Amino acid sequence: MFAGFGGQGVVTAGYITGQAAAIYDDKESTLTRVYGPEARGSACYSGVVVDEKEIDYPYLLSPEIMVVMSQEAYEKFLPQLLDGGMLVIDSSIVKPDEQAEKYKLFTVPATQIAEEMGARVVANVVILGFVGKIWDGVSIKGLQESIKVTVPKRHLDLNLRAFERGTELAEKALKKES
Amino acid sequence: MRKAVLTGKHFWYGNIAIAEGAIVAGCRFFAGYPITPASEIAEHISRRFPEIGGTFVQFEDELASIAAMLGASWAGAKSMTSTSGPGFSLMQENIGLGVMMEVPIVIVNVQRGAPSTGLPTLTAQGDVMQTKWGSHGSYEIIALSPDSPQEAFNLTIRCFNLAEKYRVPVILLTSETVGHSAGKVVVPPKDKIELVQRKKPKVPPEDYLPYKPDEDLIPPMACAGEGYAFTTTGLTHDEKGYPDTTAEAHEKLVRRLNDKIRRHLKDIVDVEEENMEDADIAVVSYGQVSRPARKAVGMAREDGIKAGSIKLITIWPFAEHVIHRWAKQVEYFVVPELNYGQIYLEVKREAAGEAKSLLIPRMGGKLITPTEIYREIKKVSEK
Repeated sequence: MFAGFGGQGVVTAGYITGQAAAIYDDKESTLTRVYGPEARGSACYSGVVVDEKEIDYPYLLSPEIMVVMSQEAYEKFLPQLLDGGMLVIDSSIVKPDEQAEKYKLFTVPATQIAEEMGARVVANVVILGFVGKIWDGVSIKGLQESIKVTVPKRHLDLNLRAFERGTELAEKALKKES
Repeated sequence: MRKAVLTGKHFWYGNIAIAEGAIVAGCRFFAGYPITPASEIAEHISRRFPEIGGTFVQFEDELASIAAMLGASWAGAKSMTSTSGPGFSLMQENIGLGVMMEVPIVIVNVQRGAPSTGLPTLTAQGDVMQTKWGSHGSYEIIALSPDSPQEAFNLTIRCFNLAEKYRVPVILLTSETVGHSAGKVVVPPKDKIELVQRKKPKVPPEDYLPYKPDEDLIPPMACAGEGYAFTTTGLTHDEKGYPDTTAEAHEKLVRRLNDKIRRHLKDIVDVEEENMEDADIAVVSYGQVSRPARKAVGMAREDGIKAGSIKLITIWPFAEHVIHRWAKQVEYFVVPELNYGQIYLEVKREAAGEAKSLLIPRMGGKLITPTEIYREIKKVSEK
């Protein structure tokens, strides 16, 4: 699950992930989205289900990994995460509380990194790089291919660099853990 | 510039798959008015038509949209519109006109919570009976219901084929869940896709009677500009297309409009049966509910319950011969649907005296889960 507020690209992140799994990893996947009536600013999420075989239920029931990019989304959607599941938060925006202790917590200052790279809008792609590394539902190669056909050509280089930053951070985080 | 047929693997939302399916089927006229959760179909077609040479018009409302489609179809263009409940209600009068004038058109209804403006962004299956008889009069119509983006793509093509073949408005009865979820869609090579075109007159123009049916009860259709004179009207008419409001003319026409569908039930009706050979309990589902229903049947089988699944791909005309046949074998039909009982009534009617029927109704805008359906199967199995 990619959760945040409208305008952060949480649906795009889900779309890139679902497409990576379905087209480039040749698995089955579905993407659904949940949002309020406002186009921007309200808590929303996109849900990706990945499986080797045909998917019976397109919506997320209890996600094994959740990305949270806003405090409101954190309060609203966190209880849906599977106990012991992976929780990835954008630590430049979200402050976790004791609820996070039930999960495997990863913190990524994605928005801050994206701002340093000159474009706040690629925060979602920084996170995608991170997710690709820690979650085995989708491959890094698949995600890269999926980014290439989804983002406009003039922003591709920036997006691929943002993705790379995310994977590097994940490697560090995983190393620290082991 | 992209081609008309985008052969290959795609990750598409159901609504995009419908738009692409229409393009593949040869749709080159689209008239519509935006409405959640159907707008992406019009939006996508408005971008694609300039690439392939189609005409897209956003009209002032749904009444004008469907009227324009009828005209475009008479001019020879395969025509489509997309809408949701409130817009579908506005189209009902001219759906009847399409039935009476025998015009091939395709209407996509992306169902949302209702009545009235209801739940604009959430899913439902409440328009099933409206689709059957929403316009006035006694008529038969064709409606298909997809459960995924891939099936939405496939069935949109089939909708056009059926509309062309039977000269009738055909409805793709889909839903927010299918429209707004993305999945893998495989588009076959162009030469592997079967397309049907409307029958043309074989007689010289001076002998042509626009409403004289062939043996299959379907009259060949001359379109504007093809050298054939024709008259058409919403009034009861004779074979010339002239108004004829006698009892005999009305009886004959209304019978034919119905019989041209009823007589071809086996060609039109499509169902998918799974685990039915030894089933005591049949779960009858359609559209988005078919996926959790299939899973629930699998869960029941693991539990040793003899459950099977009947998925209705064709909603109208109703698969009465299928239900009738299985009613002799099964003890129970279980019908989960996202309304307060619509297809359930059809199943119950067909099963009467042979098997019992149970409705699992669901309102609220959320898709029912496999576990929820499974629980009901289990309860029934213990009766």
